[in-house]
Amino acid sequence: MTTPSAGKWAKVLAEDKDAFLEHWLREQKAVISARPDLMVDSELRRESAEFLDLLLAAADEGAAADISAEPWAPSREYLAGISRSRAVQGFTPTETATFVFSLKQPAFALLQAKLKDEAVLLSEVWTFNVLVDKLGLYTTEIFLTSREDIIRRQQAEMLELSTPVVQLWEGILALPLIGTLDSERTQVIMEILLQSIVDRSSGVAIIDITGVPAVDTMVAQNLMKTVAAARLMGAQCIISGIRPQIAQTMVHLGVSFEGVVTTASLADALAHAFRLSNLHVSQAQSRS
Amino acid sequence: MNVKRTEELVLAQSEDIVRARQTVRAWMIREGFSLVDQTKMVTAASELARNAVDYGGGGVVLLEQLLEGARAGLRITFTDRGPGIPDLELAQTDGYSTGTGLGMGLGGSRRLVNEFTIASSPGQGTVVTITRWR
Ligand SMILES: Nc1ncnc2c1ncn2[C@@H]1O[C@H](COP(=O)(O)OP(=O)(O)OP(=O)(O)O)[C@@H](O)[C@H]1O
Ligand SMILES: [Mg+2]
Repeated sequence: MTTPSAGKWAKVLAEDKDAFLEHWLREQKAVISARPDLMVDSELRRESAEFLDLLLAAADEGAAADISAEPWAPSREYLAGISRSRAVQGFTPTETATFVFSLKQPAFALLQAKLKDEAVLLSEVWTFNVLVDKLGLYTTEIFLTSREDIIRRQQAEMLELSTPVVQLWEGILALPLIGTLDSERTQVIMEILLQSIVDRSSGVAIIDITGVPAVDTMVAQNLMKTVAAARLMGAQCIISGIRPQIAQTMVHLGVSFEGVVTTASLADALAHAFRLSNLHVSQAQSRS
Repeated sequence: MNVKRTEELVLAQSEDIVRARQTVRAWMIREGFSLVDQTKMVTAASELARNAVDYGGGGVVLLEQLLEGARAGLRITFTDRGPGIPDLELAQTDGYSTGTGLGMGLGGSRRLVNEFTIASSPGQGTVVTITRWR
């Protein structure tokens, strides 16, 4: 009834499950102990215990060779969850795969102590190693896919982040520019600003360049083009966030934002925008 | 004069201009230049790198850390193998552009640095060198 090596290792491990779990945890900690920042002890213990149960349950059903088979589905799912969460937490692929690979040492020690027949021992160790290798590779694969997903999502987020038109007040838009203002990006940003002016029927747009590290001729020219286009659409632009080093550099370079209201800070720009919109800000009378 | 350290970057497309700018910024910071000096040198480098890409068909930029007596400086050389500039004086005139630019790049970067040299021969390419001393 029993095939030569159908889960004998699993019986040995199951009989000494608690001791085995402790040994396995020690092995894992030896590798990731340098990362207490990433993982709480109790969490590692819980995950390890749960996975061990799933592993032994699957082995009980007798399928060790093919981890894509049905009995292994719960183990696979559990591993995938662990891989994904570790990719998010910032573990390295090695640290993540260690969860599975560190099963080998304690399993070998236990099997060696319990299985007296050398041929059986060898065969069980071999079967277990093959299984662990497959699970380890699976872990790494899931880990890498998750990382790619994370990177793709971050890139998309950054593209959106780079063009945040915000409405500060009715009729007053602000476009805080951050980072380098080259070619395509400038084009996209400017189109979004002009479209927002139409969509929200704004009369004033503040372009804040506090986050722009350098204004060269091309950046200046692009900004001026945008201001001119906005003006044609009936909106006035204010360029804010001109820091001292930018101002000095622009003077030497010989470029200017002629005919445009410029301010040192976004707050100054907002105050000016209020004036342009005939809005008055005053301090509420205190009731003491 | 002593050249203490060099770095060379390729200029082929607009991303390379961004990288050149970032590298110049990092060097200026490491050399202890003021924020104003950093911004001036980065802006000049941005202009010349873009000219090399847009008009020179790409090229290379060489950064050199200089030491002359007690003073330290940064020299940057932009070299391209493009069509060259037929009339250097005209090209450096503010407002002159054969493209769609403001025509302020060459004249402006000359004003942003301590030393500026430009050499060009038709069909051979263009070499522009800028230096800023601390
Ligand atoms: N590396 C180069 N190779 C060939 N021609 C060049 C090169 N650099 C500049 N030129 C010529 O010199 C002209 C003036 O250059 P400059 O950088 O001053 O202005 P621009 O590039 O046209 O505009 P801006 O730099 O203000 O955006 C250019 O239009 C171009 O014809
Ligand atoms: Mg230019």
